[in-house]
Amino acid sequence: MTQNRDNPTEISPPGGQQKTPIGQQKLHVEQQPLGDRGNFNADYISFRDYSFYYGATQVLFDINLALPERQVTALIGPSGCGKSTLLRNINRMNDLIDGVRHTGDLLIDGESVYNPYLEVISLRKRIGMVFQKSNPFPKSIYENVIYGLRVAGRRRKSVLDEAVESSLRRAALWDEVKDRLHESAFSLSGGQMQRLCIARAIANNPEIILMDEPCSALDPVATGKIEDLIHELKNDYTIVIVTHNMQQAARVSDRTAFFYLGKLIEYGETERIFMNPENSQTEAYVSGRFG
Amino acid sequence: MSSKIKNTTGPAAPKGEVWVWFTSLGLVLGLSMVLVLFGLILFRGLSYFWPAPVTQIELREDSESALRGMTTFAGVLAKTQQRTERVLAETEEELDEEDAGALEMIPQTFTELHLFIGNRDAYGQSFRYFREDDIVARFYPDNIIRAERRSEGDGIFYPLRLQLDDGTEFDVSDEGFEAALRRVVREARSRRSEINRIERREIGRINLEINDIDLERRYLQRQEALTDSQERWLERLGERLQALQEDFAVHEAEANELRRENQANVLFFERSDGGQGRIAIGDLFRYYYPNQLGFFDRIGVFSIRFWEFVSGYPRDANMSGGIFPAIFGTFVMTLIMSVAVTPFGVIAAIYLREYAKQGPVVRSVRIAVNNLAGVPSIVFGVFGLGFFVYLMGGSIDALFFPRAAEMGTPTFGTGGILWAGLTLALLNLPVVIVATEESVSAVPRGVREGSLACGASKWQTMQRLVIPASLPGILTGMILAMARGAGEVAPLMLVGVVALAPNLPIDGNFPFIHLERKFMHLGFHIYDVGFQSPDSEAAIPTVFATTLVLIGLIVLLNLSAILLRNHIRKRHLGSAF
Repeated sequence: MTQNRDNPTEISPPGGQQKTPIGQQKLHVEQQPLGDRGNFNADYISFRDYSFYYGATQVLFDINLALPERQVTALIGPSGCGKSTLLRNINRMNDLIDGVRHTGDLLIDGESVYNPYLEVISLRKRIGMVFQKSNPFPKSIYENVIYGLRVAGRRRKSVLDEAVESSLRRAALWDEVKDRLHESAFSLSGGQMQRLCIARAIANNPEIILMDEPCSALDPVATGKIEDLIHELKNDYTIVIVTHNMQQAARVSDRTAFFYLGKLIEYGETERIFMNPENSQTEAYVSGRFG
Repeated sequence: MSSKIKNTTGPAAPKGEVWVWFTSLGLVLGLSMVLVLFGLILFRGLSYFWPAPVTQIELREDSESALRGMTTFAGVLAKTQQRTERVLAETEEELDEEDAGALEMIPQTFTELHLFIGNRDAYGQSFRYFREDDIVARFYPDNIIRAERRSEGDGIFYPLRLQLDDGTEFDVSDEGFEAALRRVVREARSRRSEINRIERREIGRINLEINDIDLERRYLQRQEALTDSQERWLERLGERLQALQEDFAVHEAEANELRRENQANVLFFERSDGGQGRIAIGDLFRYYYPNQLGFFDRIGVFSIRFWEFVSGYPRDANMSGGIFPAIFGTFVMTLIMSVAVTPFGVIAAIYLREYAKQGPVVRSVRIAVNNLAGVPSIVFGVFGLGFFVYLMGGSIDALFFPRAAEMGTPTFGTGGILWAGLTLALLNLPVVIVATEESVSAVPRGVREGSLACGASKWQTMQRLVIPASLPGILTGMILAMARGAGEVAPLMLVGVVALAPNLPIDGNFPFIHLERKFMHLGFHIYDVGFQSPDSEAAIPTVFATTLVLIGLIVLLNLSAILLRNHIRKRHLGSAF
């Protein structure tokens, strides 16, 4: 498997529906300069011949996909296309469900997340996650932010205080809540709660942030704030975002992957996917003709 | 269309809405039954403490209600009732002409008074029915006394004279009579509490040690051959025993002296029927003139009587005195039960819901647990006797108290408050498990996933989020368990409840908490007083009063648990679960 990592430049033909001959894995990786942010690993999160099953139902079919480091990748597609499943497999959240199995492999920075010597807890510490429905814990704002640190055994107050301030600042929430850090997290508004959840994900100092439709329950103002936030965060984090909102995908992401019925249809630079899609299904979807 | 609407008369009633009335009817029915029950217990329970006026009645000479020729009685009216009895027709007019001369039973209705006449020593009964027709005179005597006595229930009589130990005598007409009587009764009360103190503290402590030493001596003496050191030890034990017995004799003499003093003052009295008697002031616990009391005096007597009932020790075969040991026993047992059942139930429920692989096995375990809630409680009593008392208690005795067990005086191998608490804990395990499972599964998935995504392990998620969030539900289960456990009697009769326990399970003697002791329980007390006492009719008011206290205790326990739950809920303010 490692030779793929050494050779990440192979470009698959457009339209992922083509059968890939066994032993001839093709990756959707495009050689692309990352602008003035330097050259990062373009094959940071790497799905290789990845299939996933809930019991007897197959939901992902032979996904070959490489997500670049410190960029925003949007996963789009109609409901039930498997994009959320794909996202939740990156930090192995789907392991909680009985009867799931997979074939193929999923690597983060060259290391398989299914490595039996890798603890799933340490994996999840490296990957923050923001859910569709904001899920603050029934604790104070302060305790919510440092939850990850607390479970990791951090006790020193100065460390925790600093983590709270820096995380909330990065989540653009500090100014709104700095005077009521010890109030219940449920006293916040919907948009604030979602930003609190982002702050909670950041506080662990992860490498990757997964966002599962983070704005679907928010009004346009709150959505705008979160999108600004995503722009800020991508300097430091690799962000994978699932969204139903085409405009949002176009606004926030560098790359976009379109899924349909568990298959990866097209993947590439966001601008190209939206302006000049190669696959007719992609074109139909992004132009709003179906989905 | 529009004409159709116009044709309807009055507002349209949606079909099916009439059933709302039936459902509300069900609620009203249930609610009113509960209220009637509660009101009855409240009224009958509280009237036990109320110093009601005493009425005196005089019967016709030939009345059937007369008792051994006595025709004058004084008592408290308990109730008035109509009774129909078939009586032999006596007069010609009442017979039909055809049956003239034949004997016939005809129904006759008459009114009866049910009077608490007290003075059980003289009458042999505390309550008696009197036919209203037979009463020729009825009035409220001013100077009659109602006296609470050591035994034989209350006395109702007129005081005659008071004879003091120094030879002075006060006639009831003397000016100093009332003051002297009040003084000697007060003195007697303080002597009684001193006797109680000596018996419970000093003599109780000595008795415990004597029992231990006696046991050890008998054990050693049964051995065939003793080593030198054992011989010496036996000798030392004998010396200690002698010292203790001397100590015992001193205290005993002290108590006896007080008792003798309490017998020295005597009140002579006359009952309403004319019979005379005497009572030692030491046996007169309290007296009052029921027909002289104003409303606030009655409230005062009521409060004192209530307080003594809940704080005092029982006397006279549990029929009078207080029920403090039963209250305390119920409380401690319920506490033991809650402390035992909650962690077990919670842990079992968490495993069942969170860790066990959901499948046919877990499903059948869950069904079994739910069915356990339907098992008759006496079955748990039998199990408790077999498992806790004989097996566990027997093993503890064999390991730690082998000598006592060998001498036939088991310590843990017999019923006790610990085993009773554990038996009830077992009985209530399903309640706690079901409540916990429900509240644990009600914690939203988003919270769990959020926690796991932060890198928390499953146990950390449980410990930091799921269990705190489900605490109110867990406490609800505990409240239900307590309510059921505190009122359960049948299984307790097998595992350690007794009608009269000499010692409380917690007292001032080392090691202070005696979980192996037998105990009294309010529920069993009700049964014992109501059905096992020599005069069950006289015990009815006590039964209601005890029931009231039992309900009060359960309400109190539940209320504190509910307050605790609300406090916890408030800490999770705004939470959606």
